[in-house]
Formats: sequence, structure tokens, C-alpha cells
Amino acid sequence: MSPNLVAILYLISALLFIFALRGLSHPESARLGNIFGIIGMFIAIFTTLMFQSVLSYVEIGAAIFIGGTIGTFIALRIKMTALPQLVAAFHSLVGLAAVFVAAAAFYDPSSFNIGEFGLIGMTSLIEMSIGTFIGAVTFSGSVLAFGKLQGTISGKPIVFKFQHYFNALIFLLIIVLIIFFVLDQSSNIFWSIVAISILLGFLVVIPIGGADMPVVVSMLNSYSGWAACGIGFTLSNNLLIITGALVGASGAILSYIMSKAMNRSIFSVVLGGFGGEQTNETIKNNSDKIIKQGNAEDAAYILKNAESVIIVPGYGMAVAQAQHALREMGDILKKEGIQVRYAIHPVAGRMPGHMNVLLAEANVPYEEVFELEEINHDFPMTEVSFVIGANDVTNPAAKTDESSPIYGMPILDVERSQTVLFVKRSLATGYSGVDNELFYRDNTTMLFGDAKKMCEDIVKSLN
Amino acid sequence: MEAHSSEIFIIGLTVFFLACIIGYYVVWAVTPALHSPLMAVTNAISSVIIVGAILAAGPIGYEIPKIFGIIGVTLASVNIFGGFIVTYRMLSMFKKKPKKQKNES
Repeated sequence: MSPNLVAILYLISALLFIFALRGLSHPESARLGNIFGIIGMFIAIFTTLMFQSVLSYVEIGAAIFIGGTIGTFIALRIKMTALPQLVAAFHSLVGLAAVFVAAAAFYDPSSFNIGEFGLIGMTSLIEMSIGTFIGAVTFSGSVLAFGKLQGTISGKPIVFKFQHYFNALIFLLIIVLIIFFVLDQSSNIFWSIVAISILLGFLVVIPIGGADMPVVVSMLNSYSGWAACGIGFTLSNNLLIITGALVGASGAILSYIMSKAMNRSIFSVVLGGFGGEQTNETIKNNSDKIIKQGNAEDAAYILKNAESVIIVPGYGMAVAQAQHALREMGDILKKEGIQVRYAIHPVAGRMPGHMNVLLAEANVPYEEVFELEEINHDFPMTEVSFVIGANDVTNPAAKTDESSPIYGMPILDVERSQTVLFVKRSLATGYSGVDNELFYRDNTTMLFGDAKKMCEDIVKSLN
Repeated sequence: MEAHSSEIFIIGLTVFFLACIIGYYVVWAVTPALHSPLMAVTNAISSVIIVGAILAAGPIGYEIPKIFGIIGVTLASVNIFGGFIVTYRMLSMFKKKPKKQKNES
């Protein structure tokens, strides 16, 4: 295969990747986009296998078969609630693969046309070490994020004194090591860069708490792209550079959207320390306030007599696996001629768009699901807001109380609807640790209990 | 040699910045409802790094760099298959539902 033909095939593959992302602008075009992505990947792999230097088809075939089988198996079995962990795990693999490719390029540069061992050009060495650095950080950061999301490691942020200075120091150390690596091309220094970058990846994710995970997962998504980019520069491969840049940009934009939805700068999330476990102290302070409590029958009565209902699901709904029961409830209400819509806050869930997937899985048609900006002005015209497993994203304190940690965060204006039904386990605060004054309002009825059980009971009462 | 490689680097840098700009516009056009599939599919395509791993795994024999290459191919394959399949699964949930959908629940 001539170099020109290779370049053209790689270009086609890169274009197909762009179309794959472009397709995601609408649910109907997205499936075709995914197919473009698969074809693009196929072309990329096939083209590379046609290289004259690639001879060991058996080993490569076996590796693809083993990896592919594992990937297929996991992807088919994973529960949609566990999606964020899966994505984190996959990011770690991209990072690790980048490290291995960089290591291979270091030991056997002739396979990549970048010189001989010990005699690699300076540009290539810098690119290689940057790729290795980002790859290793992505790897360990994602492993830790996986652990936190899976619950293997506590989601509590771990902070210690001078943490940021310590991280900055390590970062400087890595830069110094890269300079030495470029100067004397020693394999010891190469592996030191790998080891210290892995350490840095852990240190970067350790202070970040559970509620900030959507930002972290997006950020690691971005890193995995930049790692691919770094390798692309090392191999002077435009396909890798383009794809890496696409993925990097995508992750960066998602991180931006997520941190904006929490009204925090990306930096404050990265520096961490926010989003600990729930504290129960605020509840005691409020034990004298009056709340109105209801049961499933009351809720069914209120819902049945409404004309329009907006359901506000949060992560608590996913934890209770209540989405199917909730959809059933929505179906009955729709049959009664009631308008049922779903309002989703950008950070409802543990990764961007997570809640949309969970509702789609429960067969909620996507036409009934709305984003914050699309639906927020409709709350005043709505009779009933049904908040299930969400809390902070409805808290009016974000608009009124300047001292509140969530002040400035965009919220769903459920307070403006005539009646608010709140399904919750207890009066405990949300991730932010802030009490929600909505609980104590006259037009709020609290429905205490497990989200799934509550929905099922409401369904029974409705029938 | 050095002049040549810096020329290649500049071409790479040009491609890089243009791709970032394309990425910026394409990703902002993605509907927020599909942000999870976006992450899964970007995950899958970033495994195009398999191209580098295949080149490393290419030569005959069992030198260390080749072993690295084979490990790289395996890891990237997990991601490629896993990423595209999980994206497919998610996207098929976003299909337009036929009006009568009650029969399964």
C-alpha cells in the first residue's frame, strides 16, 4: 500500500469519526453515526494491517479476538446504572494502551520510522513523553474514579495539607524528568516518568467527592483524547491526532457544561474537596419546622386531579431502580389525559446524560424528556411537580441565599408549580449538605419511603 | 533530519488545531440527552490508538516492544468493541417507541 493511499484511507476514517459525533445531534441520526464510527475504526485497523512491516497476523488477530470478546461481554452485561463506572474503566484502558504504545515506540523506534533505539529525534522524544505522561495520568485517575463510582473506594474526598503544592511539585518533577529523558534517552527515566505520572493521576482524583464525579469522568474522557493525540504526534499520524483532538475537545466541553451546571469553575472541581457524604446535622436544626407528610394514596389523588405533571428525577431514583415503576405511573396518568413531562437537570446522575439513558431504558419516549432550559419556564403553569430522588437541583436557596454553597447553581423551578410532591427516604440533605427549604413550604407534600416502592404504591392507588 | 521532523511536527500541529475547532463545533451540536452515548463513542474512537499498537506488534519474533504492542492491541480492542456496543445499546433505547408499548411491562 502506498503512503498516499494509506493517508487517504486514514483521512476517510477520520471523517467517519467526525460524522459519528455529528450524528449525535439527534437520537434518530445517532445510530447511523455509530455505524459510521464502526466503519471508520474498521478502515483504520485494516489499513494498518496492510503495512509491509506488519507481519504477525496470528498474534494481532488473537489479541483483537481476546480483547474484543472481553469488551463485548462486558458491554452486553453492564447495567445502565453502572454506566459511569464502565466509562471510567474504559478510559483507564485507553490511557494504559497509550503508555504501552509509547513504550514500544521508545524501545523499537524503527517500527514507527522515528529513528533507532537511543537515537530518537528530540521532537519525537518530547511528544512521546507527553503522550506517556497524559496516558499514565488518565490510567490511574480513571482507576480511582472507577473505584469511587463503584463504591469499592469511599466517595469521600480525601484532602490533606499542602495537597495542591504537593501536586504542583510532582508536576514540576515530571517536567524535569522529561527534560532529562530527552537529553539522555535512558529507559530508567522513561519508567520513572510512567511511575510518577501514575502517582499524580491518583493524587488528582483523590480529593474529588462523589457529587463531582460527572465532571471528573468528563475530564478523564478529555485526557484520554489528549493521550491519543500525544501518541499521534509521536507517530506523525494524522488520524490519531484528529481523533484525539475530537475526543479531547468533547471531554473538555462536557466538563465545562457539568461544572457550569453546578456553578463551579473547573478549577475548583479539579482542586477538589467538595461533595462529601451526607451530613445529618442540619436536620436537627430544622426539627421544629413543620412539614406536610403524605402517603401514596394522597399522592395518587393529587396527581389524578392535575392537568399537567412534571416529573423531576434525580440520582436517588436510579439508586432505588425506580425508573420502570415511575414510567408505569406516568403511563397511567397519560391515559387519564394528563400531560406528563420529565425535567432533567444536567447533573442529575453520575455522568453527563446519564438520567436520559436511564429513562430511555425504562421506555420513556425521549420527546417527553426535557432539559432544564427547555422546561423551566413551564413550572408556573404546572399543577404538580413530582420530585423523585432529586434534592439540591430543586433547592431555591441556590437563587436566594448567597451564603449557601450551592448559590448560583441553576435549578429547576419546581417551587413555582402549584403543588410539589417530594419522594425521599428522609429529610437528609443532598450531596451539598444544604437543607432544602422547599420541604417546609405549604404547597409541598413529602412522601417518605423508598422511591420504587412509593411509585408502585401510587400505581396501585391510581388503579 | 531535524529540519524534516520539525516540518512534520508543524503539519501535525496544523491538523491538531483544525481538528480541535471541528471538535468544538460538532460537540456543542450534540443534544444533551445524548451526552452519555457521546462519552461512550468518544471512548471507542479514542482507541484508534490501536493503530500504533498494531505497528508495534507487527514484527516477527518476541522482542519486548512487540509484547507491549500486543498488550496495547488487546487493551484497545476491549475498548473498541465495548465502546461501540454499549453505545449501540444506549442508542437503541432512544428509538421512537411505537404507540402501543404496554405489552411487555
